[in-house]
Amino acid sequence: MNESANTVSSTERALGESTIELRQMHKWYGEFHVLRDINLDVKSGERIVVCGPSGSGKSTMIRCINRLEEHQQGDIIVNGTELTNDLKNIEAVRREVGMVFQHFNLFPHLTVLENCTLAPIWVRKQPKAEAEAIAMKYLERVKIPEQAGKYPGQLSGGQQQRVAIARSLCMSPKVMLFDEPTSALDPEMIKEVLDVMIELAQEGMTMICVTHEMGFAKTVADRVIFMDEGQIIEENVPEEFFNNPQSERTQLFLSQILAH
Amino acid sequence: MSATASTAQPSLFAKLWYDKNNRSIVVQILATIVLIWFFGSMVLNAVINLEAQGRGFSFAFLEQPASYDINQHLIPYSSRSSHLQAMWVGIINTLLVAVAGIILSTILGFTLGVLRLSKNWLVNKLAYVYIEYVRNVPVLLHILLIHGIIVHSLPRTKEAWNLLSDTAFISNRGLFMPSPEFLPMFKFVLAAFIGAIVFAWLFRRFARSLQARTGTQLPVFWVSVLAIIGLPVIAFIATGHPINWEYPTLKGFNFQGGAVIRPEFLALWLALSLYTAAFIAENVRAGILAIDHGQTEASMALGLPRNRTLNLVVIPQALRVIVPPLSSQYLNLAKNSSLAIAIGYMDVTATIGGISLNQTGRAMECMILVMAIYLIISLTISGIMNYYNKRIALVER
Ligand SMILES: Nc1ncnc2c1ncn2[C@@H]1O[C@H](COP(=O)(O)OP(=O)(O)O)[C@@H](O)[C@H]1O
Ligand SMILES: [Mg+2]
Repeated sequence: MNESANTVSSTERALGESTIELRQMHKWYGEFHVLRDINLDVKSGERIVVCGPSGSGKSTMIRCINRLEEHQQGDIIVNGTELTNDLKNIEAVRREVGMVFQHFNLFPHLTVLENCTLAPIWVRKQPKAEAEAIAMKYLERVKIPEQAGKYPGQLSGGQQQRVAIARSLCMSPKVMLFDEPTSALDPEMIKEVLDVMIELAQEGMTMICVTHEMGFAKTVADRVIFMDEGQIIEENVPEEFFNNPQSERTQLFLSQILAH
Repeated sequence: MSATASTAQPSLFAKLWYDKNNRSIVVQILATIVLIWFFGSMVLNAVINLEAQGRGFSFAFLEQPASYDINQHLIPYSSRSSHLQAMWVGIINTLLVAVAGIILSTILGFTLGVLRLSKNWLVNKLAYVYIEYVRNVPVLLHILLIHGIIVHSLPRTKEAWNLLSDTAFISNRGLFMPSPEFLPMFKFVLAAFIGAIVFAWLFRRFARSLQARTGTQLPVFWVSVLAIIGLPVIAFIATGHPINWEYPTLKGFNFQGGAVIRPEFLALWLALSLYTAAFIAENVRAGILAIDHGQTEASMALGLPRNRTLNLVVIPQALRVIVPPLSSQYLNLAKNSSLAIAIGYMDVTATIGGISLNQTGRAMECMILVMAIYLIISLTISGIMNYYNKRIALVER
């Protein structure tokens, strides 16, 4: 990506407290041990990119962070709240953690604006007018304020994904999770979504992003994490990670990605 | 026409047939003409044949006395009333069982459909067994079975079950209840009821504007329920119970006075509702399952609790899948109500399409009337459902 953006990530930034902590976390699907001994500490303001082969457990890991999946062993602490079966805790964590899905998952029966105000009105108890004003602000930031009255079905994939990002931002989350936000998009739409994400990163949002967009990783990531077979194999700053991968599996993976 | 002109200008046939819009109009006009010709000639033929037999095609018989009894009539009727009056009694009885059936089958069907998705093994399997049993046995058998149970297993008049110390009785001749007689003061209770509805409406508006201004959410539903039930009750007590109850009493061989729900109505109503509910349950289940799990996840990821996710995200979308097949279930229920004749419930088929037809021999006229009535009922149901379906339809590009 461009040079000026690159300098942002290499600048020494003061990072805050731990926002997300995974400690010796394990998860099984029935007999299948999908996540093994995951340890991850994400500081406030940090940008993490997660990559790895398909089926390595990347989605499962970030979905554990907002409890869309349940872990069976170890601890997950988000904003100082430990995730257990306590529904109130789970809802509290979800309010502060935004998530963007591969397939957007916009609500097709609501307009773009209503998609953005649904949670602020019902969860944050914001006045409707205020919620709408905030939603318009974020729709402007993702550069589609003119689509506010349309339904998701009337938008292109790239526009839908930007609405999905705005919808999450309307809850003013402390952390944003992205699960392959560009892999369902046509190539010409990938950039418009990545641009929004880069801007968000530069504004200091804490982000965990599962993606194979290596340009994005080099531009904004503080750390790149490589997963395989449910384990974190390698973890490094982008420069070292790409130029000097330690494990054989990482090298193999990178050679496959770059061969494309 | 010269050769050059015909190449420059398409022929009339080509204009009508190869233009997308014109063709559909032409086809529709042709189809209508063929239909009218077909049915017109059939009716004409029948009329000519009837004339030849000396029985003109006429609805004059409707004015003649029907001279048969109908036990359930919501409008004045006796055996001296006309066939026309008998027909109206039949129409009302058909509508009564159809509307009551649609309401009960919807409630039961939605409940069963949701239970069928329950993670609780026992609940899930019970709903499954019920649905599979009910929808795989013909509805006529359900009607006969339930009627049989009511008539044979409930006590005879003399041993009728006495409910609430002599206020209501259940026997194999029906459920006998007190009927209300409204005293003049009752209008205050009515006024309180209407006032409560107006209040609820105003309160809802107030709550909306309060939400828009401050974000505070008021419990609109519970306040409304409380007002709509509470205010009339207060008015009822304050005006000194302005209702006289007429209690059913045993006179001779049956109960007299009060109101009665007859076994025929009960059997038909329950059988149609239970039967249709099984189909609706399957529609509801399919509708909820059709909603991508990603919708639930996106909603919960935003911090919406499970019940709000269901109410705001899943059900509004599921309804779009449920409503079209729901309309055809309602139509089936309305038409299946004509099986009433099997147990002697006097609906439109049993009155004008049954006894009146047999007594007057006016088969042609009676069948046309009965068909027209079912057609009107069915078209009304599908009209309402189509309107509702359009209102909730998704906007796609
Ligand atoms: N609900 C589930 N039940 C059983 N296995 C699952 C389920 N979801 C995912 N898996 C399995 O878990 C593994 C990790 O999946 P996932 O986290 O989606 O991988 P990634 O996102 O890295 O491609 C895969 O082998 C997948 O087949
Ligand atoms: Mg994945």
